[in-house]
Amino acid sequence: MTGTIGRIAVNVFRESVRDKVLYNLVAFAVLMIGASVLIGQLSAGQEVKIIKDLGLASMSVFGLFMAVFIGIGLVAKEVERRSIYALLAKPITRTELLLGKYAGLVLTLVVNLAIMTAAFYAVLAWMNWQASEGLRKSWEAPALDPALLKAIWLVLVQLMIVTAVALLFSTFSSPMLSAALTFGLYVVGHFNADLRNFESVVSSRAVAWVARGLYYLLPNFAPLDVKAQVVHGTPVPLGYLALTTGYALLYIAALLTLAAWIFSRRDFK
Amino acid sequence: MPAAIEAVDLTKDYKVGFWRPRPYRALDGLTLAVERGEVFGFLGPNGAGKTTTLKLLVQLVHPTRGHARILGSPVGDVAMKRRIGYLPEHPYFYDYLTAEELLTYFGGLFGQSGADARARASRLLDEVGIGAERRLQLRKFSKGMIQRVGLAQALVNDPEVVFLDEPMSGLDPLGRRDVRALILRLRDQGRTVFFSSHILADAEALCSRVAVLARGRLVAQGRISDIVAFQPRGWEAVVEGVPEATIARVGERASRQQRISEGRYALEFSVDHPPERVVADLVADGGRLVSITPVRETLEDFFVSHVAAADAVDRMERR
Repeated sequence: MTGTIGRIAVNVFRESVRDKVLYNLVAFAVLMIGASVLIGQLSAGQEVKIIKDLGLASMSVFGLFMAVFIGIGLVAKEVERRSIYALLAKPITRTELLLGKYAGLVLTLVVNLAIMTAAFYAVLAWMNWQASEGLRKSWEAPALDPALLKAIWLVLVQLMIVTAVALLFSTFSSPMLSAALTFGLYVVGHFNADLRNFESVVSSRAVAWVARGLYYLLPNFAPLDVKAQVVHGTPVPLGYLALTTGYALLYIAALLTLAAWIFSRRDFK
Repeated sequence: MPAAIEAVDLTKDYKVGFWRPRPYRALDGLTLAVERGEVFGFLGPNGAGKTTTLKLLVQLVHPTRGHARILGSPVGDVAMKRRIGYLPEHPYFYDYLTAEELLTYFGGLFGQSGADARARASRLLDEVGIGAERRLQLRKFSKGMIQRVGLAQALVNDPEVVFLDEPMSGLDPLGRRDVRALILRLRDQGRTVFFSSHILADAEALCSRVAVLARGRLVAQGRISDIVAFQPRGWEAVVEGVPEATIARVGERASRQQRISEGRYALEFSVDHPPERVVADLVADGGRLVSITPVRETLEDFFVSHVAAADAVDRMERR
């Protein structure tokens, strides 16, 4: 089973490379280098913090677009172009196909984020080397702070959830609708905590129950966003990372199970 | 030993309409058995349910009623899929892969190791006539070449049963000849071939047995020569240089008479008039026989009459 999933995953990765998806890395590199040169001339003392903010935010955004736009096409494109016909006649289950597609996009996101991280640290190293001893001391956190990796890890975890959401939607709805729903859920997921506090705002018990239900049902992205803490040098304990990652993995497992269930019942007319 | 393919009361309804979906019966109670080593032709006009049947047999769609078994196993069985090959209708494959890479990828899904899969890919591409183009991405391939790649991928695992959905479509005459030769080679190797087509000549040249489908229903099954509708109902002679008077005299016996060009005529006779005597009369006054061919109901005629009959039954049932 793992061999089949692995082969399908590698093929998804190969598709991304050949469809020039990784060109977004060039845009990221240009953005990072351009911004560091520009900011270096404008602000005093804050440049490293700004570059960290900008770098982490762009990793999130670039990754989000990849996860959504490739994610919704993973299955939908195969069905639309009918390449799925020959594939499903091979000795694979539909669940293996789905998991292989998922693993392939996650692999693409990991490689993409790894290269971005390397470029990000290279720019920070250059800024660190340029800064005077006094300036370095004024920073809230060192330029080459390993804690940045914690924020990047959670960016990846968020993107893994987004990919699973996109994959789930694409098993039963059109690509456009899947994209809209996935983006919608991503935004809602960041303000999920508000739903929890809804009962203190409304008097209706029913509405409060619905809000509470949605709070548990919808993905909760806010705890997975530690970019601000990391940039300001606030410690993020490893236990916290383990807990949030555990939550994400459970959520992903539920999404993929539902996707596999829907996908296994589908007719390919 | 179980049959290669066995379908019992296989039925498929699709939902049509958005607001008030109603069922549309694409296949209605298909029961048939295909023995091992047979080349079986599945014939019918467009929309008869051929592709639906093939999709049911490889479980791309689920039956509304009935069931099917291949090599004794239910259609969804993954282990059974190791023993079958499938060419979809109008196939499409990942256009970012080369033909070689596609076949190696598919071979890998059957557990073939890298080197083994590459060697098989190379042999199969030779067999279907893809030359140096095998190292080009499939997006640069013509329709006919994709069809050939499709045939190669259906054979990547040395299947015991091969399903081919309209294998000749998109091919030029040379390609059609190659595919016919390939199907006969598969038969000689003892494999079972189940192919759909709407061209009777393909089936006549290749099949041991056929099934004919119209409007989702099985309307005939057996050897082509045994299906009454396809037996000759007469014959046609083309002659030239025959005097007008002779044509007029012999033509009285013809069921159809047509002037093709100056001095050349086509005459059709029923089986009641033996060709030996009529031809002798025609050429007695200095004419020449150009050709003589049996006239039989074509698959198209057969479809038309059966579709008309099915319509009549539908109308009766509605009353």
